[in-house]
Amino acid sequence: MVRSVTSFGRSGVSDWLLQRVSGVILLAYFLCIGSALVGGVDYLSWRDMFEGTGMRVFTLLAILSLAAHAWIGMWAVSTDYMTERLMGKKGNVLRIAFQIACSLVIFVYVIWGVQILWG
Amino acid sequence: MLQVSIYRYNPETDSEPSMQDFQVDTGGKDLMVLDVLELIKSQDTTVSYRRSCREGVCGSDGLNMNGKNGLACITPLSETVKGNKLVVRPLPGLPVIRDLVVDMSMFYAQYEKVQPYLINDTPAPAIERLQSPEDREKLDGLYECILCACCSTACPSFWWNPDRFIGPSGLLQAYRFLADSRDLATDERLSRLDDPFSVFRCHGIQNCINVCPKGLNPTRAIGHIRNMLLARAT
Repeated sequence: MVRSVTSFGRSGVSDWLLQRVSGVILLAYFLCIGSALVGGVDYLSWRDMFEGTGMRVFTLLAILSLAAHAWIGMWAVSTDYMTERLMGKKGNVLRIAFQIACSLVIFVYVIWGVQILWG
Repeated sequence: MLQVSIYRYNPETDSEPSMQDFQVDTGGKDLMVLDVLELIKSQDTTVSYRRSCREGVCGSDGLNMNGKNGLACITPLSETVKGNKLVVRPLPGLPVIRDLVVDMSMFYAQYEKVQPYLINDTPAPAIERLQSPEDREKLDGLYECILCACCSTACPSFWWNPDRFIGPSGLLQAYRFLADSRDLATDERLSRLDDPFSVFRCHGIQNCINVCPKGLNPTRAIGHIRNMLLARAT
């Protein structure tokens, strides 16, 4: 069994399941937002929509799903292409730097999202 | 005359690989690619490739022919040649030993990882461990793999992580023993596969199905393993 300390759930089946579930949540969220946009929105209706706790919770769920989905995807990309096997020792440095950068960006977006929703 | 371009590389004398062109008289026949290689071998005896049974059973002559992996001995020219040109390269992603001969150590290491043998510590019966016809049927489409490596070397996930992703061939074999009613190590086998690389680097692009010379479906077997892992973990 291959050990990995940087994958999201430390388990293949956990990451796989989470990526699918988060994908479905994101699809549902974007369909919801899309249908609102198609119906026509102005500032007031948009603000009213996000005043409700339900929409805020749904949005937070979508943000967290996006964070998990993005981490699992970017982690897979980095461990495919930025490896010692393909790039020598600098592959390890590049991969770790890339993973730290991704985690920071995702963290900032999550906090920013929470601030926008409840700030 | 058929134009044939062959990948040449001798690490003892060449600084880098190159392609060498040959003209081959096929006599207007729809020869197999292996026959063409034999004709080239008679022109230049230094051209190296593996071969053995010449009938698609041993799996020795897996090659990349006009961009697609397959067995040279059962691939007719009519199936692969476009515009009277045949380009033959070694299986992609594995280190080249010489010309069309690749080092398959990494492929076999992954095969070894899945413990490709029955694990059953119960006392052996006097004659044999019997299976019902239904249980035996579950092995169809799995046991026929000849380990030619055409599928694994057509898989980008195996190219990037040949040391960590088991690859379609190894996973087909893994499922062959997971599906076997006589095997008692299902949980142990699944435990060894539940990491982010061994199984889950398969992204379902199905190159393996496209190239398998035996018409097998490793993607489906990988899906069964994933479902078993999911059922066990949730």
